[in-house]
Amino acid sequence: MTSDSPVNSSPLLQVRDLRTSFTTPEGKIGAVNGVSFDVNHGETLGLVGESGCGKSVSALSIMQLVPNPPGVIETGEIIFEGVDLLKISSQEMQSVRGAGIGMIFQEPMSSLNPVLTIGRQITEPLGVHMGLSGWAAESRAAELLEMVGIADSRRRLGDHPHQLSGGQRQRVMIAIALSCEPKLLIADEATTALDVTIQAQILELMKNLTSESGAALMIITHNLGIIARYADRLNVMYAGKIRESGTAEQVYLQPNHPYTVGLLNSVPRLDRPASERLDPIEGEIPDPANLPAGCAFTPRCRWATEKCSVSEPELEQVKDRQMVACYESKTVSESVEIAWK
Amino acid sequence: MTSTSTDINQTNSSNSTPLLSVRNLKVHFPIKRGFLVQREVARVRAVDGVSFDIYPGETLGLVGESGSGKTTAAKAVIQLNNPGSGSVKFEGQELVGLSTSAMRPIRRKMGMVFQDPYGSLNPRMRAGDIVGEPLKVHGLAESRDGYRQQVASLLTTVGLSPAMAERYPNEFSGGQRQRLGIARAIAAKPSLLILDESVSALDVSIQAQILNLLQDLQDEYNLAYLFIAHDLSVVRHISHRVAVMYLGKIVETADAKDLYERPLHPYTQALLSAIPTPDPIHERSRERIILRGDLPSPLSPPPGCGFSTRCPIATEACSAAVPELKTLAENQQAACFLAQGR
Repeated sequence: MTSDSPVNSSPLLQVRDLRTSFTTPEGKIGAVNGVSFDVNHGETLGLVGESGCGKSVSALSIMQLVPNPPGVIETGEIIFEGVDLLKISSQEMQSVRGAGIGMIFQEPMSSLNPVLTIGRQITEPLGVHMGLSGWAAESRAAELLEMVGIADSRRRLGDHPHQLSGGQRQRVMIAIALSCEPKLLIADEATTALDVTIQAQILELMKNLTSESGAALMIITHNLGIIARYADRLNVMYAGKIRESGTAEQVYLQPNHPYTVGLLNSVPRLDRPASERLDPIEGEIPDPANLPAGCAFTPRCRWATEKCSVSEPELEQVKDRQMVACYESKTVSESVEIAWK
Repeated sequence: MTSTSTDINQTNSSNSTPLLSVRNLKVHFPIKRGFLVQREVARVRAVDGVSFDIYPGETLGLVGESGSGKTTAAKAVIQLNNPGSGSVKFEGQELVGLSTSAMRPIRRKMGMVFQDPYGSLNPRMRAGDIVGEPLKVHGLAESRDGYRQQVASLLTTVGLSPAMAERYPNEFSGGQRQRLGIARAIAAKPSLLILDESVSALDVSIQAQILNLLQDLQDEYNLAYLFIAHDLSVVRHISHRVAVMYLGKIVETADAKDLYERPLHPYTQALLSAIPTPDPIHERSRERIILRGDLPSPLSPPPGCGFSTRCPIATEACSAAVPELKTLAENQQAACFLAQGR
């Protein structure tokens, strides 16, 4: 585990009050509604939440890959190595993607071009960002494939994506994402579609490779277990906002936000004796076009008071490094402490 | 959904007869090549000699990774594909070889809920008609009013409001659609439900709601479940017994508690160890078995034990002969030459 001690230099990535919205027939929908967080050098940050919470759109906003139209980044700052990515030209952004920030997506089959060989797809970014071509690029590509655990790499460079298994395709994606030695690797549900034994292989690989190169890793997933194992810190998102953040130990063992508590109570756990019933969050995720007033979690919250549906709580520090956006966080953490004993 | 007490001992499997009894089930898909004359060039042994029993009111969890044959096995049980050979007995009656018309009254007693709540509901039918269709097909509705009442009570049972009967599937959320699928599956009062990855596509908070609903329904109607999933923590939560599949074969079967406390087959051990748990301290101190390589193609399975190519403890003997399931502990069987009982 890297960096439990605070890093003394400035963060690698600073996201400030990011707002991204989509225009739909029903009007403008806010997918990310004011998100601020940091990623430090070399750390692993988890972004967790259920579908529609804005975790993927946050990542796409950082990479400026939000499809436009219908999506648009309304306001905010995305400062990567001191440069606000929202203020630079698209050419300059091009050189950040790949060389500065690499990204791996959920579906390796649709992120790889089916008609080009693996070799061609790995050497392309090497040519663009590293100025490698011909034999040099090819041998670097073979090296990269070897690094992600694909045997007989020279020969595999001539393969097309369909000749590889799902796990191998994701390995190729990792090789491409890391080919230009980015400072930050974003993995957006990168192992969700894989079988558990393959998932374990890929996660270990990503974690090892990033800690070897000193790159920071941002893992986006709905799987609480993955975050618990790999992330130093995490942000819990709900309805386009971060509701709780902190170190993994803090958030998992002493959650302060009712949504975090609800998530942890919803999953059957292999590390505890089998329980007879789960304690799920009541109700459903709100319609993003029609968010409830005040705190968006109010309709599903068992601790909600009148105040919660009137005004929206801001993220506040409750402990060193732990932040929570909830008026009742004190009551929540106390009752959780009693219930979990 | 109020909490009902679950009697863990309700499924005393020793002194009742099984509701469903599957013996040596094989489903092979021929691969044919040729322009005018098609010849069989290979065979995918999707399910290759699977046996299990399900007792009334009991949940059997069937786990395995993609391509292990769990869905094919379930479809063969309900005769949705042609089993090559073997026997499937439901309430004592042999289903293999039955004609479609002879199967129809039996299908009434077996419901099925699928993974994709978006793809498995007809988008042009109203929710009420989707749920009520089995009542019509099997002639279970006596009158128009009776039918409406039955549909309304089904919707209430699964936690939806009867007023939603008029809506179309696209007006429902994923969790609500899965509730509709469950309402449809239990409409004809089946005694067995086949749940094929029915909660896999749902968000965790919704998944927990559906799991609780399934447990309530089981208590209320003494339903038996064949619960197919790849998520082992969910399977442990809902199952009384668990069978683990790999490459078309069951490699281990045991009571849920025993299987999770002391898995005997190396594949089960690796599978359990691969699942991250939501506790950072426990999770980081845990030793894990990371399997090498991918699942072999069922088209050309390795000789001997199918798992031998990835097994951390395999010896030469493992690729020479196929290990049979053998009883290694009470109610626990594993197909491994090296597994030892206690």
